[in-house]
Amino acid sequence: MTEQPSPSVADAGGRGPSVLRAHSPAVSAARARRWGAFYYAEQVLRVMKSYGWTIVMYGVGQPVAYLFAMGVGLATLVDTSSEGVFGGVSYLAFIAPALLISAAVMTAANEFTFPVMDGFKWRRVYYGPHASPLTPEQIAAGHIMAVTLRFLLQSAIYFAVVALFGASPSGWGWVSVLVATLAGLSFGLPLMAYAASIKEDKGQFAMVMRFIVTPLFLFSGTFFPLDSLPLVVRWIGWISPIWHGTELGRVFSYGYDESPLLTMLHIVFLVGLAVAGWLLTKRQFVRRLGQ
Amino acid sequence: MQYVITAENLTKTYGDVTAVDGISFSVPAGEAFGLLGPNGAGKSTTMKMIGGVSQRTSGSLSIMGLDPESHGPEVRAHLGVVPQQDNLDEELRVRDNLLVYGRYFGLPMSYLRPKADELLEFAQLTDKAKSKVDALSGGMKRRLTIARSLINEPRILLLDEPTTGLDPQARHILWDRLFRLKEQGVTLILTTHYMDEAEQLCDRLIVVDKGRIMAEGSPASLIREYSTREVLELRFGSERNATIGAELEGIGERLETLPDRVLIYAHDGEAALEQVSARGLRPVTSLVRRSSLEDVFLRLTGRSLVD
Repeated sequence: MTEQPSPSVADAGGRGPSVLRAHSPAVSAARARRWGAFYYAEQVLRVMKSYGWTIVMYGVGQPVAYLFAMGVGLATLVDTSSEGVFGGVSYLAFIAPALLISAAVMTAANEFTFPVMDGFKWRRVYYGPHASPLTPEQIAAGHIMAVTLRFLLQSAIYFAVVALFGASPSGWGWVSVLVATLAGLSFGLPLMAYAASIKEDKGQFAMVMRFIVTPLFLFSGTFFPLDSLPLVVRWIGWISPIWHGTELGRVFSYGYDESPLLTMLHIVFLVGLAVAGWLLTKRQFVRRLGQ
Repeated sequence: MQYVITAENLTKTYGDVTAVDGISFSVPAGEAFGLLGPNGAGKSTTMKMIGGVSQRTSGSLSIMGLDPESHGPEVRAHLGVVPQQDNLDEELRVRDNLLVYGRYFGLPMSYLRPKADELLEFAQLTDKAKSKVDALSGGMKRRLTIARSLINEPRILLLDEPTTGLDPQARHILWDRLFRLKEQGVTLILTTHYMDEAEQLCDRLIVVDKGRIMAEGSPASLIREYSTREVLELRFGSERNATIGAELEGIGERLETLPDRVLIYAHDGEAALEQVSARGLRPVTSLVRRSSLEDVFLRLTGRSLVD
């Protein structure tokens, strides 16, 4: 790196040659090929920082509110009348992993919808980096990396609150932070691929919230075990990243007794959905930005 | 001569629509090269292919000796791009827009911080450094977009309709900044549908219509080749304009009848006007002016540039 002059040395009108020198285009390209996704993630994080307080407040406020309302308030009724139903743990411990997973999925439903539409259509923010050495795949990956970081941070705060409520008896409870992040991606990436395919906003995202996110939240064994539902609606849980994530979270946070095969199935399902979502997203980004 | 851009038989189709239909051109280093044509002529599509963001359907294209199809990041690392629609990060502050963009080129903060200040000075936005982007006027946003495109010190700058939507004063400020870049040896590639912009900024240009090149040359040589030195514009009122042609026969070298006026192409406009008066014709208004690229375009396509 050459010595840096103070800004005042640079000619005011930009007429004369500046002492500052950028590295060569070849270096730019080589760095972008290697680190491009991180460069774009940095941009998304900077934008997130401008509403950073909302993220933190949401991250802390939501678990506190839910845990009080459900885990403490509702639990006084549930715990006295349903001994044994929740595998020997309190109602609070039963729903805590479910709330943690659901919160990550809700965040995914926000971060992978409107911002994607903004990138392609409204303010076309993807097109700026697209003209730089970054590739469409890297732009998609950078966006995902930044949101993943948000999942981790938010879930870590959530878990800290859960732990303060004493609702995570097992020493492995912290793993549910990773499970929540995985569940967020497994729900969010297919949704991101869909958002990237939308050309015209006709309220599709509101429909996703109403007819996909809400039913999944309610029928994924969140507030009661899935097998207490009739078979007619139980399938909603089986295809739900929230259910798979929640069951997995329960295994780690209070040693929920399920067959190891089923535990493996949860992991395979969540990873599989995330990978499929990533492949579709990548294809959609390449296709749409390359037009 | 050393060419920084060479296009041969460049073609782009979208389904059944052929946006760019086999165009060929070369641009030497340091030239200000323009693509002039009406909306939908294929200018922006050509720019996207040069910019390495849109794949061509056929033909060959080389930017700094590299094929953008196989070396997209390498090609784009050479370029500065000012798109037709601003796509600044509205949620970030003015100066942060420059820093973030520089990061896409892997440039270190130790370079970017002073460089951003230098570019804000160049774009006359120093006192707006900490403002939010959405608080800027259209002209300021355009200048910020140009500043952003210069963060990697590109030797080639692509400008797609750089002054569309700006008021005359903002356009002149922008042109001045582009002149300075040209003086520094930056190759400028710009599309425009404004003749005055093309005449002001371009050393050489191609006139494009329906995806094809209609003519190529410097603004002056195109005017010499396709038009006369002067033009006499006559208005007889919308009803007579259409029928007066026959009575003007023989005056000047060529006659063009438009809905709102009649154009007489002549070497000496005043002399042509005297001939019109001598025939006892009394136009409502008359104007003698120098030929412009608008006349070239009219001659080549039979249509005017701005509808």
